[in-house]
Amino acid sequence: MNNNSKEPLFHIVKRGTLPWYKAWGIRLLAVVIALIVCAIVTMTVTGENPIQVYATMIDSSFGSERKVWILAQNTAMLLGVSLAVTPAFRMKFWNIGGEGQILAGCLAAAACMICLADTVPNGLLIVISAVASIIAGAIWGGIPAFFKAKWNTNETLFTLMMNYVATQLVAFFVIIWEVPKGAGQIGIINQSTQIGWLPQIGGNKYMLNVIIILVLTVAVYIYLNYSKHGYELSVVGESERTARYVGIKVEKVIIRTMLLSGAICGIVGFLLVSGTDHTLSTSLSGGRGFTAVMISWLAKFNPIIMIFASMLLAFLDKGASAISTNFGLNHSFSDILTGIILFFIIGCEFFISYKLSFRKSAGKEAAENV
Amino acid sequence: MMKKITALLLAMVMVFALCACGNNSDDKKTDDNADASKIKVGFIFLHDENSTYDLNFMNAAEAACKNLGLDESQYVFKKNIPEDQKCYDAAAELAEEGCNIIFADSFGHESYIIEAAKEFPDVQFCHSTGTLAHTEKLANYHNAFASIYEGRYLAGIAAGLKLNEMIANGDFTADEAKMGYVGAFTYAEVMSGYTSFFLGARSVCPTVTMDVTFTGSWYDETAEKEAANTLIKNGCKLISQHADSMGAPTACETAGVPNVSYNGSTESACPNTFIVSSRIDWTPYYEYAIKAVMNGETIDTDWTGTLKTGSVVLTDVNEKAAAAGTAEAIAEAKAKLEDGSLNVFDTATFTVDGKKLDSYMADVDTDKDYTKDTEVVENGVFYESKFRSAPYFDVMIDGINLLDTNFGS
Repeated sequence: MNNNSKEPLFHIVKRGTLPWYKAWGIRLLAVVIALIVCAIVTMTVTGENPIQVYATMIDSSFGSERKVWILAQNTAMLLGVSLAVTPAFRMKFWNIGGEGQILAGCLAAAACMICLADTVPNGLLIVISAVASIIAGAIWGGIPAFFKAKWNTNETLFTLMMNYVATQLVAFFVIIWEVPKGAGQIGIINQSTQIGWLPQIGGNKYMLNVIIILVLTVAVYIYLNYSKHGYELSVVGESERTARYVGIKVEKVIIRTMLLSGAICGIVGFLLVSGTDHTLSTSLSGGRGFTAVMISWLAKFNPIIMIFASMLLAFLDKGASAISTNFGLNHSFSDILTGIILFFIIGCEFFISYKLSFRKSAGKEAAENV
Repeated sequence: MMKKITALLLAMVMVFALCACGNNSDDKKTDDNADASKIKVGFIFLHDENSTYDLNFMNAAEAACKNLGLDESQYVFKKNIPEDQKCYDAAAELAEEGCNIIFADSFGHESYIIEAAKEFPDVQFCHSTGTLAHTEKLANYHNAFASIYEGRYLAGIAAGLKLNEMIANGDFTADEAKMGYVGAFTYAEVMSGYTSFFLGARSVCPTVTMDVTFTGSWYDETAEKEAANTLIKNGCKLISQHADSMGAPTACETAGVPNVSYNGSTESACPNTFIVSSRIDWTPYYEYAIKAVMNGETIDTDWTGTLKTGSVVLTDVNEKAAAAGTAEAIAEAKAKLEDGSLNVFDTATFTVDGKKLDSYMADVDTDKDYTKDTEVVENGVFYESKFRSAPYFDVMIDGINLLDTNFGS
C-alpha cells in the first residue's frame, strides 16, 4: 500500500491571525474578482458594456449631491439596525428579529403622530414619539429575551416569529388608518401640517438621521469595548458557565442586552417614520433586519467597520436598481449582480481564516512538467 | 411674509385659471409653435414590464413620446419604484436631471409625488389614478384617470350576450345566469368597475346576478386563480376580474368558462375563453400633458379620459368565444355613451336595498375620516368621474353579492 496516494490534492489549514493589511488585501482582491465575474456575466448574458454598467452604478450613488445624501440615508438606516443586532450577536444571542423590532418602533411613532396630532405641542409630540418607539422596540426585543432567560427557549425561532406578529399588527393598523377607505395604504401622515415630523437641518431631509446614527455608532462602540456591560455580554457569549462562575447574572445580561438591541431598532423605526418616510406600511423595514445580520457578521461585530459594510450594501442595492432602469434590464438581473458580489465578499472570509495547502508531490510534478 | 402672500396669490390665480379651463381637453393650438427639442420627460413606474398594469403605462409613454417626436435622450423611465420614500427620491432625481414634466403611475405614489411637487414648483407632476390634486391646490400637481367604467359597461354587454347564448343553448336556465368577479380591494375604483360591468351585462340579460370576491392584492396570481376557481365551483357561468395577474384568465381557460379580461388581451394564453378586454389607454393623456408643457399651457388639475378622447378602449372581440353580434352591440352602445344618450350609472337601471337612488353623498375630497362631502346624483344619474377624475362610486347595488370584503393589506 502506498500511503502517498491517499494524501488528498489539498487540505485546509487554519491560519493564525493575518496582519490587517493582508486580510484587507484579500478582501480587496475578492471585490475585484467579483467585479470581473460580474462583467463577464453582464457581457455574455446581456451584451452590455460592463464598464458602462459600473459607471451607472457609481453614478446612481455619487452622481449628484442628492444621490450622495440618499446613499448616506440608506447607509445610516442599515447601520442603525446593524448596531442594534450586534450586542446580541456578541452575546451569541441570534437576534434575527430586527425587522419586527423596527416595525414596532415605526408603529409606535406613527400612532403618536396620528392620534396625538393637535393635542400636544409639536416639540413634545416628537419627544413622545421617540420615547414610544424606543419602548416599543425594546419590548419587541425583550419578550424573546425574557423567555430565553427564564425557560431557555430558542431565540432564533422566537425572534423570527415576532417579525410576523409585528408585520400583521402593522397591517392591522394600516387598515384602521388607511386613506381613502379601501386603499390599503396610509399615505404621508400629516402631510400638510407636518406635525410630528423631525425638523430638517439646513433644508436637508437626511442630515439629522445620519448624524443621530453616527452618534449612536460611537456610543455602541464605546459600550461594547469600554464598558462593564459590554465586557459582561462578551463573556456570556464566550461561555455561559464561565460567566456564571465569575458571578455574572446571565439572565439579567440577556434581557438587558436584548432590551438595548430592540431599543436601537426602535430608534431606527422612529427615524424612518418621523424623520424621512412619514408613513406606516409593512414594507417600511425593507428587509433591513435581515441585511443587518450580514453586515454585522461581515464587520466582525465592529461598529466602525460596519459603516463601510453598510455603505457597500446600500451602494450595491442602489446601483443594482439603477442598472435595471438605465439598461432596460429586468430587476432580477441586478439581484444576480448583487448576489455575485456578496458571494465573493462573504466567501473571501474563508480564505482569511483558512488556507489551502497543496500536496507536495503534486506540486513537484507540476513543477517538473513545466 | 410678502413672498408668502405673493405665492398664495399666484397659486390662487392659477387655480382660477384652471377652473376656467374646466375639463376642456381639446387642443385648440396647433403644434407649430411646440418646441420638442427642449423638453425632457420623466416616468415613474411601480413595477417593470412583467406587470400588465405597468406595461400598459409603459407602452403608452413610449407611444406618446414617439408621436411627439421626442428622441430617446428626452425621456427617462424609472421602473420598480415602490410606494414609499424611494418614490420621492426618484421624482426629485428626475427633476434635478432636468425633466420638465414627471409622470407617476401608481395610486400609492401620490403623497410622495406631492412632496416632490412642493419642492420643485417649476416642474409639472402628473399622477395617474390619484385623488388629491383638486384639494391639494398645487399649481404644478395634476391627477388623471379615465372613465373606464364606460369600457367595463361595454365589456359587460359582451358578457350578457354570452350568457344569453348559453341560456339559448340550454346550458343553464335564465335564473341560473350568475357571473363571478375577482376584485383586488373593496375600494371605489374596483366597485365602480364591477358595478358598471354588471349593469352592462344586465342591460342585455335581465336575470343576471353576480358574486364578487376580493384578493386583497393588486397582483397575486395564486390568490386570483383560487378566487376564480371558487367562483366557478359556486356556479358562476362567466368570470371577469380587476387585478393585474393572469390568475383568473388562466383558471377560466382550464375550466372552460368564458372570461372578460382587463388591461389588455389575454387571447394568446386563453384562446377558447377570452371574450373581450377593456383597458385605459394613457397615450392621449401623456400627449396632452407633454404638449401643454411644450406650449407653456396649464394642465388640467383633474383630467378624465373618455371613449371620445381614445383613453378608454376595448380589444377586438374574440369571435371564437363571444356570442354572435357582440361587436355590433358594443358599437351601438358605444355610440350612445359617446353622444350622451346613455349613462352607465342611470339610477333608473339599479336599486339599492330595493329603493331607487335619489341622492348620494360621495367621499370626493379625500380625508382621513372618509367624510361624504359631495352630492353626485343629478337628474337621475350618478355622475362618476365628474367631480374628480378618480372613481368614487362605492354603492353596493342590488343583484351583486359580495362574498367577502377586503379593505387593504
